[in-house]
Amino acid sequence: MSILTVRDLATHFHTRDGIIRAVDGVSFDLAAGETLGIVGESGCGKSVTALTIMRLIPPETARIARGSVEFEGRELTRLSEEQMREIRGKSISMIFQEPMTSLNPVLTVGTQIAENVWRHTGVSKQQARERAQAMLDLVGIADSRRRLDEYPHQLSGGMRQRVMIAIALSCDPRVLIADEPTTALDVTIQAQILDLMLELKEKLGTAIIMITHDLGVVAETTQRVVVMYAGRKVEEAPVEELFARPLHPYTHGLMRAIPRLDADAETAGRRPRLKEIPGMVPRLDRPIAGCPFAPRCDFATERCRVEAPPLEDHGKGHLAACWETARVQAVAA
Amino acid sequence: MSDAPSLEVRNLVKHFPIHSGLLQRRTGAVKAVDGVSFAIRRGETLGLVGESGCGKSTVGKTVLKLIEPTSGQILLDGEDVTHLSPGRMWHHRRRIQTVFQDPYSSMNPRLKVGTIVGEPLENFGIASGRDKDERVAKLLERVGMRPDAMNRFTHEFSGGQRQRLGIAKALAVNPDVIVADEPVSALDVSVQAQVLNLLIDLQDEYKLAYLFISHDLAVMRHISHRIAVMYLGRIVELTDKRTLFSMPMHPYTEALLSAAPVPDPSKKKARRIIVQGDVPSPAKPPPGCHFHTRCPYALPKCKVEVPPLIEVAQGHHVACLRRPVGASPEPLTPTA
Ligand SMILES: Nc1ncnc2c1ncn2[C@@H]1O[C@H](COP(=O)(O)OP(=O)(O)OP(=O)(O)O)[C@@H](O)[C@H]1O
Ligand SMILES: Nc1ncnc2c1ncn2[C@@H]1O[C@H](COP(=O)(O)OP(=O)(O)OP(=O)(O)O)[C@@H](O)[C@H]1O
Ligand code: SF4
Ligand SMILES: [Mg+2]
Ligand SMILES: [Mg+2]
Repeated sequence: MSILTVRDLATHFHTRDGIIRAVDGVSFDLAAGETLGIVGESGCGKSVTALTIMRLIPPETARIARGSVEFEGRELTRLSEEQMREIRGKSISMIFQEPMTSLNPVLTVGTQIAENVWRHTGVSKQQARERAQAMLDLVGIADSRRRLDEYPHQLSGGMRQRVMIAIALSCDPRVLIADEPTTALDVTIQAQILDLMLELKEKLGTAIIMITHDLGVVAETTQRVVVMYAGRKVEEAPVEELFARPLHPYTHGLMRAIPRLDADAETAGRRPRLKEIPGMVPRLDRPIAGCPFAPRCDFATERCRVEAPPLEDHGKGHLAACWETARVQAVAA
Repeated sequence: MSDAPSLEVRNLVKHFPIHSGLLQRRTGAVKAVDGVSFAIRRGETLGLVGESGCGKSTVGKTVLKLIEPTSGQILLDGEDVTHLSPGRMWHHRRRIQTVFQDPYSSMNPRLKVGTIVGEPLENFGIASGRDKDERVAKLLERVGMRPDAMNRFTHEFSGGQRQRLGIAKALAVNPDVIVADEPVSALDVSVQAQVLNLLIDLQDEYKLAYLFISHDLAVMRHISHRIAVMYLGRIVELTDKRTLFSMPMHPYTEALLSAAPVPDPSKKKARRIIVQGDVPSPAKPPPGCHFHTRCPYALPKCKVEVPPLIEVAQGHHVACLRRPVGASPEPLTPTA
C-alpha cells in the first residue's frame, strides 16, 4: 500500500538566466515501512524533489510546474502553508543535507526538539522536554539530561546529526526523508546512524526515502531504488535487481565506477583502472532533445539524440528509460 | 638519485595551544599530531585514514611546511628539511606540492585557468610569457583537458575538471612528492573514477610519491600501496594494503573496516562491529591507549600504558597491547 504517491512532478526555477528545469517529470510510490533510495549525479534534482514534497522550495523563484504529491489521500501540492505546517515535522519529516545550517545556533538542543513535539502534539512543555530527553537517549547520545541544555556548537558533528534525527523522529513520522544523512560523517559514526534509522523503522514502521550518492549506503539500507538523471527518473528497480542487472547505461556506468572494497584491487601488483563516465551533465536551462544521457552514452544511436526514450517496464518492478537496454544487458552479462 | 625515501617523517608532533579566559592565557593544547613516523618511497602511495579530527590534515600541512611542527623531523630525499633558511625553503616548496579537497574554493574565480595553472611556473621563475603558455597547454593535455581551457574561468568547469586543473597546477613544477588531502571526497563516483585513474597514471609515469589522505576505505584500497591508520594523533597500524584489509590487527582498524558500507546488496552485513560513542577530544585524550574508551578488547593496563607502534610481523606495525611481536592475526576475544 502506497503511503506517498508522486506523479509526474516538475519543479522549475525562474531565474534571471531563464527557466531551470530542476525536476522534470518524476513519479514514484513509497509503501508504508519501506526504504526507497534515490541516487544520481550531483545536480540531478534529488534535493529539489525532496524539498518539493515538503513544500520547502523558495517561493520567490521556484514553481511546481505540474504533477501531484499524494500523502494518505491528501494532495500536498494544493494545501495551504498552514495545513502543510501541520504535516511537516509530524507526519512527514526531513533530515537536511546540511545539518549545521538547519539547527538554530542560539537555541539549546532540548528546546529545539521539545518545540517540535509541543507544537504538534499539544502536550505540556514539561512533557515535551521529557520526550526530548527520551529522543536523545534513543539516538544514542549519552548523558542526555545535560545535553538538553547545550547549544549545537558544543556538540561534535556526529552528535549534531543525531540531534537532527531526534527532531525528525520526535513525533513518530509516517515518512522520513533523509537527504545525504551521513555524507559528512566518518564511517564509524555513519554506521551508528544508519543502524539507528533502520532500528527506528522496525520499531515505528516509518517509511524512509534515502537520498545519497553513496552506493554502499544504498545497498545496505534500501529495498528499492530510483535513479535520477537531469531531473528525471531514468531507472527504478528493487535494490538487488538494480545492482545485478542495471538496464540504463548511466546506472551501468555508475556501478562500474565504484572502487570496491571487496574486490581484489591489486591484480598482479597493478592497480586496475576504474571505469569513467566522461563528460558532464546537460544544462537544465535549455530544452533537452532526445535522451538526456545521449552525449555521454557509449550505447547512443542517432535515434537517442532526437527521440526521448519512454520509461518502460522490464518485469520484476524494473523500469528503465533507454532505447538500448537489450545491448546494455548483453554487455553487462 | 639516492635510495632514501622521497618523504620521511620521524616522531612528528604538532600541538595547537588553547587560549582561554579574559587574558587569553594558554590553558592547554590540542595534541593534533602526537608522535607520527613513516616513510614513502619513490612511486609509492601511502594512504592515511582515520576518523575526523584525528590529525590527518595536520600531518599533511606540516610536511608541506604550511605549519611548523612542535617537534620531530621531516626529510625529503634524505635531507632534513624541518628547519630551512628562506632560500632553501623556496627549493623545498618546489619539490612537494598539494592537491586540495575542495576544487571550488581553492581557485580564484576571477582568474583564467591559464593564470592559475601557470602561477607556480611564474613564481619559481621556470617559465613566463609564451613559454609558460606552451607548458600550461601541455599540462592541460596531460590531465585530459583541451588546451583552450586556458582562456576560460574555473566556474565553467565541473568538479572533476576543476580537480584536474588542480592536479595540473601541482605537476607544473615537477615535484617529487604530492600531498593529496581528500582529493576526491567532494566528487561523484563517476567523476571520482576519472581523477583516481589520472593520479595513478601520473604516478606510474613520473614515479611520484603520494601522501594520500581520505576516509573512504574503498578509494584508499584502490590507490594506496601501504596504509597508515590514525587515531587521535597517533598511527595505530601501518602495513601494506593487502594485509591491512585481510588481517587487520588493531581493534580500531577492525572497527573501521567493518563499518564501511559495501556496495553489494547481496552481502548486506548481518552485524557490524560498531564502536560506540564519539571520538574523545584531542585536547583531553584518554590516558594509556587513546582507543581504550571505545575498545571492546581493552584490558585494565590499556588505561595506563601507552602502546608503542611495533613491528609485530614483517612490515606490519601495530600499536596495541594485545598484539605483541609475533602475535597471530586471529580475532581477539572481547573483554566482558
Ligand atoms: N534555489 C535554486 N535556484 C536555482 N536553481 C536551483 C536552486 N536550487 C537548486 N537548483 C538547481 O536545481 C538542480 C537540482 O539541484 P538539487 O539540489 O536537487 O541537486 P541534487 O541532486 O540534490 O545534487 P547533490 O547531489 O549535489 O545534492 C541543480 O541544477 C541546481 O543548480
Ligand atoms: N589551526 C588550528 N588550531 C587549533 N586546533 C587545530 C588547528 N588545526 C587543526 N586543529 C585541531 O587538530 C585536530 C586535528 O585536525 P585535522 O584537521 O588534522 O584532522 P583530520 O584528521 O584532517 O580531520 P578531517 O577528517 O575532519 O579532515 C582537531 O581536533 C582540530 O580541531
Ligand atoms: S591497546 Fe588495549 S585498548 Fe588499545 S586498542 Fe589495544 S586492546 Fe584496545
Ligand atoms: Mg542534494
Ligand atoms: Mg582533514
